[in-house]
Amino acid sequence: MLSRVADSLYWMSRYVERAENTVRQLDVTMSLMLDTGGASAEARWKRLMASLGKPDGVPWTSDLESMASALVFDNTNHLSVTHSLNGARENARQVREEISSEQWQRLNRLFHHMHSPQTQTQFRSSINEALAGVLDGIHLFQGVSDTTMIHGQGWQFIRLGRYLERAYATATLLEVFQPDLFHPQGREQSGYQYLELVGLLRCCTSFEAYCQVYTAELSPDRILEFLLLNRDFPHAIRYCADGIRHAVESVQRTGGRRPPEELVAVIGRLHAMLGYTTVGEILAGNAAGFLHTIREQCMRIHELIYRYYVHYSIQSALAI
Amino acid sequence: MSTGNTVELETLFGDYPLDRAFDEMREAGGEVRPQYRALAETLAGLPPDELQRRKQSADLSFLTQGITFTVYGRDEGTERIFPYDLLPRIITAQEWDRIERGLTQRITALNLFLRDVYSDAKILNDRIIPRELVYSCKHYRRQMRGLQVPRNVYISVVGSDLLRLNTGEFVVLEDNLRVPSGVSYMLTNRRVMKRTFPQLFHSYGVRPIEHYSQLLLATLRSLAPEGRPEPNIVLLTPGVFNSAYFEHTYLARQMGIDLVEGRDLVTHDNVVYMRTTDGLKRVDVIYRRVDDDFSDPLIFRGDSSLGCAGLFNAYRAGNVTVTNAFGTGLADDKAVYAYVPDMIRYYLNEDAILPNVKTFLLGEEKQRQHVLENLEKLVVKAVGESGGYGMLIGPQSTAKQREEFARQIEANPRNYIAQPTLDFSRAPCLIGDRLEPRHVDLRPYILFGDKVNIVPGGLTRVALEKGSLVVNSSQGGGSKDTWILEQ
Repeated sequence: MLSRVADSLYWMSRYVERAENTVRQLDVTMSLMLDTGGASAEARWKRLMASLGKPDGVPWTSDLESMASALVFDNTNHLSVTHSLNGARENARQVREEISSEQWQRLNRLFHHMHSPQTQTQFRSSINEALAGVLDGIHLFQGVSDTTMIHGQGWQFIRLGRYLERAYATATLLEVFQPDLFHPQGREQSGYQYLELVGLLRCCTSFEAYCQVYTAELSPDRILEFLLLNRDFPHAIRYCADGIRHAVESVQRTGGRRPPEELVAVIGRLHAMLGYTTVGEILAGNAAGFLHTIREQCMRIHELIYRYYVHYSIQSALAI
Repeated sequence: MSTGNTVELETLFGDYPLDRAFDEMREAGGEVRPQYRALAETLAGLPPDELQRRKQSADLSFLTQGITFTVYGRDEGTERIFPYDLLPRIITAQEWDRIERGLTQRITALNLFLRDVYSDAKILNDRIIPRELVYSCKHYRRQMRGLQVPRNVYISVVGSDLLRLNTGEFVVLEDNLRVPSGVSYMLTNRRVMKRTFPQLFHSYGVRPIEHYSQLLLATLRSLAPEGRPEPNIVLLTPGVFNSAYFEHTYLARQMGIDLVEGRDLVTHDNVVYMRTTDGLKRVDVIYRRVDDDFSDPLIFRGDSSLGCAGLFNAYRAGNVTVTNAFGTGLADDKAVYAYVPDMIRYYLNEDAILPNVKTFLLGEEKQRQHVLENLEKLVVKAVGESGGYGMLIGPQSTAKQREEFARQIEANPRNYIAQPTLDFSRAPCLIGDRLEPRHVDLRPYILFGDKVNIVPGGLTRVALEKGSLVVNSSQGGGSKDTWILEQ
């Protein structure tokens, strides 16, 4: 497979995943803000920005609607949903011969949806409904990506993009939430504390899944365990790490190069970190540092994939 | 035809004008031509809104398939659907036979001409074609002199534009020997048509064209360098911003080959490679959809990043086939065009089966005078342009435009030719809920590898604006499916 094509598929997928993450976190934050107790709206907004990876992404102005609107529609802001979806479509457009017509049509429709005036009008009247509409579009795209495309090398790069983006985003989210989770401000606010915990789970669409595993009894360490170490839940970081490992192996099986030692080592280390640790050990040690390491390893995997499959030096390639 | 149907048909035709121009469907007296009768009966038998309904469903089909072309100079919404007319253009087996023989003859001669000019230049030495005409051509590439091209095939993918005059005879208006486009519309038009009029299509006995992509692949394969039995064939596109990008992706997908951009290619030791996730992979045949100028910054335009540095040297070394060859634009220069019948006589010792359009060469004093005195009756074209740009249509021009062209002709006579304004044929198109005649041309697609191969069909382009003579998609043209009958 052409390196450029692999790169475009990878980024198409990352951008879609990023858009989904942004929409979901915004949605959760907006509903948390309805409750006046607990953290202030400003603190919540800042936390949202931090967990999206850019503390000054959309600065706090107290005009909630225009802040949310900027985060969704402002194409000049790299954090925005529109920016991500534009990026996804632009990448898809360059590999139209590789993806299925259904994928292209779904993404194309979503792109036009984001740019239509009706969507912005709907946004002003009901933010929740508008966000739900965008999520629907994204889910449809993810769905047809899995069901209409041959699960060859291209699809493996799509998976790689999806899981790397998701693992990184979840690790960032946990890192940002972590101080609030484990240092509640006294027992009397437990109602608000509960809402925060539900919010965190909903940011990863994992509230229902959590309840199935642990019942509705929410505790910070169980949530951390679930989002970090669960091997069966698609938004848990361990699940993503398994997905990354499997995708890289499959790239080789479907005609790509053998992954270099370095890449195998980082992926193996990430896998081991999540597979052979208990949440007790993590909490006894430096939890923030643990999450930070995960993020660093995700970045490292990204770099190695880029350097090895996409932008490798001609000299090294000719030497083989 | 029963009388009941005729009435219906007359409503459909309304005040459909028939005048000097050849009408594809109706004879001068209004009678429907034999090959169109079954179509006319079908149209007459349809309920009133049915035609509109089918038109809408065909349009929707194009839209959802994303069959679009790019309009330059706009920021967003740059992709447009290529307008499509519902009624097929029907060509009889006998007419097609002549077209096929004529084009085969013409392409063979043009290829011999290119080979000759880039080697011994006999045709110039024998003074059949003026030397200065060839050497002053913008698309002449001196780098091609003495270069051996695989199987001596310079032009393996060609799309020639034909017109039908009021005598009913087909003539060649121009040959596109560089990077002709539009074949994807020919193929998708057929697909949509089969869905729109399935029974009618079946009853007509239309010759198939669907194997074009396979033929193209076989053509490319036949031109692979020696000793490469399993050649790696790629399609080189300028990228997503090119107006024909849809076609590039379409053909690559149909042939199952990689669609590459210049940045995917590297050359080393005169071998071209593409970057893949499995390392560098050797490229053997490049179906090039990038103009000469942008193909190799080391040889052609240095400021272009669309091509691949070193490509030309690899080509010269015979390690990669690039098709069409470089410098083929020489033979579709509109002034060189005037000499094609002479080439056919010179190389093949035959008379041209498909005639040329009368062409005035403005480099010649007497012809130039005649043209300058009759600008309002003539069409003036810049020799190296395509896509309907750089053109003056005399009868539809203003005095100011004519003055401007006269000045440009005086300044650079070699750069222009003139032709009489042609009354070329018209075919009925569905405009609103009526049929109205619109001017059409015909672009068959010719492949040349082991031998000349023409799929029976082509793109019928339509000047959708009333009275317009310009059929180019960039200038408001549309298209029709073209049916070549079995017999």
